[in-house]
Amino acid sequence: MIDGGDNSSIIRMFHVHKHYGSKKALINATLDIHRNEFVFICGPSGAGKTTLLKLLYLGDKVSAGQIIVDGINLSRIPRKRIPFLRRKFGIIFQDYKLISTKTVFENIALVLEVTRNTRRFIEKKVKSVLRTVGMEGRINAYPPSLSGGEQQRVAVARAVVGDPKVILADEPTGNLDAESSHIIFDFLNQFYNRGATVVIATHDLNLVRKTKKSVIHLNQGQIVA
Amino acid sequence: MTSLFYKRAIEGILENKFLQGVTILTFALSILIVCAYLLFFINANDFMNSWEKGIRIMAYLESDQHQEEPENVKRKIQKMPDVQSVRFISKEEALNRMKEKLKTQASLLMDLKENPLPDAFEVKIIAASQRIGKIENLATQIKAIPSVDEVEYGRRWLNRFSNVLALFRLTGYALGGLFFMATVFIVANTIRLALYSKREEIEIMRLIGATDRFIKIPFYIEGLIQGALGGLIGLSLLFIPFKWIATNIEHSFSSALFPIRFFPLEVFLGIIICSMFVGWLGCYLSLKQFLEV
Repeated sequence: MIDGGDNSSIIRMFHVHKHYGSKKALINATLDIHRNEFVFICGPSGAGKTTLLKLLYLGDKVSAGQIIVDGINLSRIPRKRIPFLRRKFGIIFQDYKLISTKTVFENIALVLEVTRNTRRFIEKKVKSVLRTVGMEGRINAYPPSLSGGEQQRVAVARAVVGDPKVILADEPTGNLDAESSHIIFDFLNQFYNRGATVVIATHDLNLVRKTKKSVIHLNQGQIVA
Repeated sequence: MTSLFYKRAIEGILENKFLQGVTILTFALSILIVCAYLLFFINANDFMNSWEKGIRIMAYLESDQHQEEPENVKRKIQKMPDVQSVRFISKEEALNRMKEKLKTQASLLMDLKENPLPDAFEVKIIAASQRIGKIENLATQIKAIPSVDEVEYGRRWLNRFSNVLALFRLTGYALGGLFFMATVFIVANTIRLALYSKREEIEIMRLIGATDRFIKIPFYIEGLIQGALGGLIGLSLLFIPFKWIATNIEHSFSSALFPIRFFPLEVFLGIIICSMFVGWLGCYLSLKQFLEV
């Protein structure tokens, strides 16, 4: 059994395998991501990027191997503690995953309601985050009335409002045009500069080349570089 | 936090009005049917109890030759447990009573050469013992006295009614049990449909770190509200025909002879609480399945 180990590491994976039936989604993945690091996980479609991210927030369980997140061994975590692990993450999805029957404000406020904050604090924090992503004017709008770029900005706001230690973004610019993609990336960079660890899964190599951050390459489930 | 749960529960109800309406209607119909049965049973039981309270045992003495003096027989009966009072009715008094009852046909009795009616004792029973089992016991003891020829207390009618009531009670339990299971099943499936329509929202809540408790409690509150509303509507629907029937009975019969009543407050509240429990149980069973990792 592996312990927390190196304090500068926030995510450590040791010989992680994940298969779905006969399909091997991840093969012998070992990596180390440090605190306040900005990391791209690159690879073509089907390389295992989404699978890797899912395993980090226990959206799925490993078939073999171990993962340590912020000193917690995910193999040993009791089921009741999983929600508390997930609060360490702010997760951004390619398809935004906003609740269509709730307003922009309510979507973001939900993160803070879950952690039992007061109404006053929630209002102040949500408005602050919306200002940061430039969406304060659409606070009472419903997600279906927003463009793709606007929805993703709201998703980013939701991901960061709880001051998570790690921001996980799965193809955050996958459905966006170039301009919106850059806006989203800039926001993520801002939060990185404020001390967050950012992990982005993407197949957009142009973005990766321009930003000169750490890169982990995945191909057919294996880390190649 | 509690007000947040209630707020989310109300929002959940308002978001799925049709589905919620179906669930509440199911509750209401189940409550209506089971409570109609229960109401009939309660009133029939009340009638049975009031009838039992008026029961007198008539002990008829042997006509020709008394083995014992009536006073001795009276003393024996008075000593028996459960006896409140014993009154001697002579054959002459009995004949006069019969003449009064027959009224215009009393002349039929004029030609009798002798009084065919026997002397008798009218035995009243203490209130606490006015139950069929104890009455039968007492009647048997009185019958065993040598001078007593016959004992009468409406046994056949009382037994029949008591048997019907027992059958009714048994059927009521079976019916109540069936409706309970059916309602829980329907509520659980309706909740499952509501959960399915909210599966994305629930998934997102889990991803942002909501505990199972945070997700479940608003649904439990929804179940309680559905149960309460369904129970109230069902009882209200029952009250309307009850009121109509009660009014007609008051006009047709003496209400003192055949009093009927709706549920007392404690039973009313008990039904609402049971209904709320069924609502909660339906939610619990659905959520247990739905939220397993």
